[in-house]
Amino acid sequence: MRATVERSHLLKSLNHVHRVVERRNTIPILANVLLSADGGLTLKATDLDLEVTETVPAEVGQGGATTVPAHILYDIVRKLPDGAEVSLDSGDGSRLEVKAGRSRFALQVLPEADFPDLTAGDFPTRFTLPASAMKMLIDRTQFAISTEETRYYLNGIYLHVVTVDGKPMLRAVATDGHRLAQAQVEAPAGAEGMAGVIVPRKTVGEIQKLVEEPESELIVEISETKIRATLGSVILTSKLIDGTFPDYVRVIPQGNDKVLKVDKGTFAGAVDRVSTVSSERGRAVKLALSDGKLELSVNNPDSGSASEEIAVDYPADPIEIGFNSKYLLDVASQLESETAEFRFADPGSPTLIQDDESGSTLYVLMPMRV
Amino acid sequence: MTAASDQLRNLCRDCLSRAPAGAGRCPACGSPRLLSHPELGRLAIAHIDCDAFYAAIEKRDDPSLADKPVIIGGGRRGVVSTACYIARIRGVHSAMPMFKALKLCPEAIVIPPAMEKYAAVGREVRALMLELTPLVEPISIDEAFLDLAGTEKLHHATPAQSLARLALRIEQELHITVSVGLSFNKFLAKIASDRNKPRGFSVIGRAEAVDFLRDQPVSLIWGVGAKTRQRLEADGIATIGTLQRMRESDLARRYGSIGLRLSRLANAEDSRPVNPDGVAKSVSAETTLDTDVSDPHKLKAILRQLSEKVSRRLKKAGIAAVTVTLKLKTSDFRIRTRSRQLTDPTRLAERIFQAGAHMLEREADGTRYRLVGIGVSDFVDPRLADPADLVDPASGKRAAAEAAIDRIRDRFGNLAVETGLVFDEKPAGPQRERRD
Repeated sequence: MRATVERSHLLKSLNHVHRVVERRNTIPILANVLLSADGGLTLKATDLDLEVTETVPAEVGQGGATTVPAHILYDIVRKLPDGAEVSLDSGDGSRLEVKAGRSRFALQVLPEADFPDLTAGDFPTRFTLPASAMKMLIDRTQFAISTEETRYYLNGIYLHVVTVDGKPMLRAVATDGHRLAQAQVEAPAGAEGMAGVIVPRKTVGEIQKLVEEPESELIVEISETKIRATLGSVILTSKLIDGTFPDYVRVIPQGNDKVLKVDKGTFAGAVDRVSTVSSERGRAVKLALSDGKLELSVNNPDSGSASEEIAVDYPADPIEIGFNSKYLLDVASQLESETAEFRFADPGSPTLIQDDESGSTLYVLMPMRV
Repeated sequence: MTAASDQLRNLCRDCLSRAPAGAGRCPACGSPRLLSHPELGRLAIAHIDCDAFYAAIEKRDDPSLADKPVIIGGGRRGVVSTACYIARIRGVHSAMPMFKALKLCPEAIVIPPAMEKYAAVGREVRALMLELTPLVEPISIDEAFLDLAGTEKLHHATPAQSLARLALRIEQELHITVSVGLSFNKFLAKIASDRNKPRGFSVIGRAEAVDFLRDQPVSLIWGVGAKTRQRLEADGIATIGTLQRMRESDLARRYGSIGLRLSRLANAEDSRPVNPDGVAKSVSAETTLDTDVSDPHKLKAILRQLSEKVSRRLKKAGIAAVTVTLKLKTSDFRIRTRSRQLTDPTRLAERIFQAGAHMLEREADGTRYRLVGIGVSDFVDPRLADPADLVDPASGKRAAAEAAIDRIRDRFGNLAVETGLVFDEKPAGPQRERRD
């Protein structure tokens, strides 16, 4: 294999693919990136669950493929001067020679035939949606993904199609048992009838980085076991979490009749201020609601106490309820509208939080004992 | 302090009379065990440690063992829990693998530990301590801190006299010996009790504390383990004297909160009160297996039982923990520990076990293990433990089921109820083996 690539192209692409490669690897080839020259230069990296491929423009002298340590190649290219031309030459196949200007590196290679391939298989579901829509679905729900490995089926976002008021919606749901986040967009053509899938956290993070350019279109393909996202020249293929997402609809309270309407910014500011005195664990904030008034308070026996009162729209019976302050802030930062709507039942039952004009996002929070 | 107690400088540990200064033997009873210290009447914080506790109890119960080396340790294999002083002369010490101990001292008599018996004696010792002061902080089954400040009037004796009398009483009534350390704070009291074991009584006063610490290694400081010691030594700090010469602010800058503690303790300052409700930093249970095991199912069944043990201790102590640590020892004595922070504090056996089992799955790669253990640490207020769960409404039911099991076991013993996992793996009967 012999090819010449512009440094900026190679760097951008390596930036995408090298993140997939785990720093610590017991299988040597998984530390490597696959380089194949054929028209352009295609880079591929995988951790066996997630695979990223990207093709960059290159001048190909001789077609072929090889694999080299991903993080080393990334570091080399990163340190090369801006505007450099990088030439890659695998010669007789025992080394990859990387040259740019007066710098010259010879990297150990592993045979490309040993490089694992994830992409095999059909994808019965295929749809295209604006990158901004996918970004919204991820941003609004990602923080609620569970990190508890014993409940692996919660370690991702549940992506599925539901019918709301006769319209199919593409919905993302994540929960860690303390909070649940749900966001939805109108389902794009081709998504109807797709099976619900759980997209793992790492994949969610990588897709999120991919969809940062808001103007672009994302192609999503889904099979029973895999998801593939394509944006321009980048193709991301990932295994799905093999498990059953819990029946989350059951969790969303329906009859909560104590309704609080509060300015999101004012609320978040007050939560942030009073939680300054809370301890690392048990960051409970107490919300005491009475007619038109919300008092937030924190009592930490180790450091002190804090309280703040804000005027709110609350016509219902008084209630006192506690929440983890971090969860409240997470939710407040992801709501769309300026006014947040809370629907309480009692201090021991889940609370519903959503945008005032019943927007596309919905949160459920489990209260804490205070 | 009264003028009389202020003047107490010399004391006979056997007849408790005030001996004149400079006497070699007590003029009243002829005992050579005289205590002499200028601050003897003014110190009130003590650390009491039973000497070779398990071995001493076994020797007490079987006088034929009195002049023989005795080792208390786990079953057929396992490690030394306690070695008597005769065995210690040969180099045997606790935590040593049994085969090594037997190589050093082949004629030693090995006795499997009878924890129930030792715990009972431990309680008797504690009861005697509590007759002196309610401020008894147990550290383990056989040692405790005592704060005797303000007990002179009650006992008509200074703390030193009361402690000497307690030591005698424990010898006479329970037939085991203790070593006493007397000082003005916990840190130094603990160091003192270790200074002339067994049957010792050692005093460190305010006047000499800083001088005494100067030439001691940093590892003497409470909380300085192998890691911190290496770090300090790499920075050129090997003795406590070096710490004494450094400014507190510099140490705090360099080592954070540990630095502050190092500085204070190095200068003999320790303001921790003797806290009768003091709890441990971690709770754990482990077991050395009769034969090495690699089968994950068998290991899990053992882990389940250990998790239940740990959980019961958490529930009894009224605490909850955040971190779960799995401990394994391979057949070639390598120790593997893996730990994990739970998303929520817990006190439930179920959750401790799940976290442990998950870590175990990764380690059950065919390696043969001789020891399995599980522990929890980072204690928090139990009210934060095991919160209600949105997607697992059964969690509350499982907690209730666990509480029911605990109640049954309290009444009918540990074997009254067993989970399926443990029951299945009970001493592998022939049926079970055939199915395998």
